[in-house]
Amino acid sequence: MPPPLIEIQNVSKSYHRDTLEIPVLRNISLSIAEGDFVAFMGPSGSGKTTLLNLIAGIDRPTEGRVLVAGTDLTELDESALAEWRSRNVGFIFQFYNLIPVLTALENVELPLLLTPLAKPERRGHAETALKIVGLGDRMRHYPRQLSGGQEQRVAIARAVVSDPTILVADEPTGDLDKASAEEVLALMERLNRELKKTILMVTHDPHAAERARSIRHLDKGELA
Amino acid sequence: MLELLKLILRNTLRHKLRSVLTLLGIAVAVMAFMLLRTVVTAWNAGVEASAANRLITRHAVSFVFPLPYAYRDRIARVPGVERVTFAVWFSGVYIDKNQFFARLAVDSHTFFEVYPEFIVDPKEFEAFKRERNACIIGSEIAERYRLKIGDVMPVDGDIFPGRWEFVVRGIYRPRDKTTDPTSMLFHWHYLEETARKQGDSRAGQVGWYVSRIGHPDDSPAVSQAIDGLFANSRAETKTETERAFQQSFLSSMGAVMTAMDVMSFVIIGIILLVLANTMIMSARERTHEYAVLKTLGFSGRHIFFLIAGESLLLSFLGSAAGMLVTFPAVAGFQGALPKGWFPVFYIEPRTIVLGCLAGLLVGFAASLIPARRAATLRIVDGLRYLG
Repeated sequence: MPPPLIEIQNVSKSYHRDTLEIPVLRNISLSIAEGDFVAFMGPSGSGKTTLLNLIAGIDRPTEGRVLVAGTDLTELDESALAEWRSRNVGFIFQFYNLIPVLTALENVELPLLLTPLAKPERRGHAETALKIVGLGDRMRHYPRQLSGGQEQRVAIARAVVSDPTILVADEPTGDLDKASAEEVLALMERLNRELKKTILMVTHDPHAAERARSIRHLDKGELA
Repeated sequence: MLELLKLILRNTLRHKLRSVLTLLGIAVAVMAFMLLRTVVTAWNAGVEASAANRLITRHAVSFVFPLPYAYRDRIARVPGVERVTFAVWFSGVYIDKNQFFARLAVDSHTFFEVYPEFIVDPKEFEAFKRERNACIIGSEIAERYRLKIGDVMPVDGDIFPGRWEFVVRGIYRPRDKTTDPTSMLFHWHYLEETARKQGDSRAGQVGWYVSRIGHPDDSPAVSQAIDGLFANSRAETKTETERAFQQSFLSSMGAVMTAMDVMSFVIIGIILLVLANTMIMSARERTHEYAVLKTLGFSGRHIFFLIAGESLLLSFLGSAAGMLVTFPAVAGFQGALPKGWFPVFYIEPRTIVLGCLAGLLVGFAASLIPARRAATLRIVDGLRYLG
């Protein structure tokens, strides 16, 4: 059996507010195989997003280790972690988080600015990614000129353009109407099935979670 | 890098009204800074133009009291003195009282040797020497009053009464920008003869002496030696370097000039606050975006570069606009002043460099707080930021 792509070992996370310590995750251990599509569900405040942030390397655990493809994220300093994220993680946010002054094409090209690719190659990759998400005809549009569903598809193109090891999606359909949400979920499913992308998704929506290969429930910072 | 520059440019143009108002604020402040510096420079032009190897000897009590002509030869014999010349402040009214420029009776044989920065054509100088009531005028005076060689300049005397008619026989060019191009110089002997004829008590007197010395380091010893010659006489002297003389001349306005000097730098502080305010607002509004960029792998250094770049771009554009406006503003300011108020009035290269440096410094300094804050922002805090 191949080693898991993601290993979370006895991870706890607490936040401090003044002198008060607020535990968010409590001693979580979890393994995720390469090519999996996992949905994390649970009530608000259960620690879903925090767990996703730890796996994506945008936050650090208070205790425990997070290993992704053999790299212990807890041992990387800030700049090494930033570099690691640029190569290994694609992000899909609830509110798309596109840069408003850049076109769809430029937004998708953004992560590639951190690679040694020349401009024509970057453009080529970005165009391909936009075509994959069905927005080949919207490349020169600014985010304000796109619908919510289209913006999220641009965000997905931006997430996959650098061919990351994992895709993390935090409520990717939370701000979309039913039809757009369906399109986005179908796209994610395709990315997982056809391109073998490992996807971790946080959602409140049971319908969205059904599209994942497995569902993990969190409650009060613990895996149910 | 080029793509990040593009992002900087687009961010700068994001809030057009805010950017334009900030640019205008910077431009006005830079213009005010440079205008004030130019006034201070113009005021100190005499000091700046001072030669290190010239000493001025005047009456110990006050500049307004004359010195005996007989001092000339005694000063010339002081060791270290190479050449001595002298001058008398003639004043007078040319056209009307608003036409102000220096009118001096000088020793025509020595004056231009001691003041080589007044460049006169040799033929014109020979013609000047030959004619008793000839004068040499500065190029700006010639231009301002459309005077040419052979024209007569009638001057009504005030200190020295009577109607004086001078014939323009030479037009001097200033050697450099700090040299006064607005003087009118004529033969002291002409003044002396007239004063003697009229029985004026000022006959046989001069206003001040100027000594050219061999080496600037000798100035304290030579000054002391000159003043020693006339100690306990009826007209004791005070000898000092030309720079010190000019500075003492300006000291009456010293407080005003210091205030203008300070104000010019206060203005830099104001630009800093204007730009810092804009950058802090802009960076705060984009907190979420910076967090997203960091999420994608951009480092704190990239974020710092984006904010500092935007601030520098704003300050550069504002400073450039301010500098461009300064040139007509300085010309307009000079035009609004009475003629001859500032004989030397131009934007010094140093002022331009100071303006550029101030712009760059302000641009960078204004970005420091927001750039550092954004660069060290925790991603999770930034993503949660609602603005």
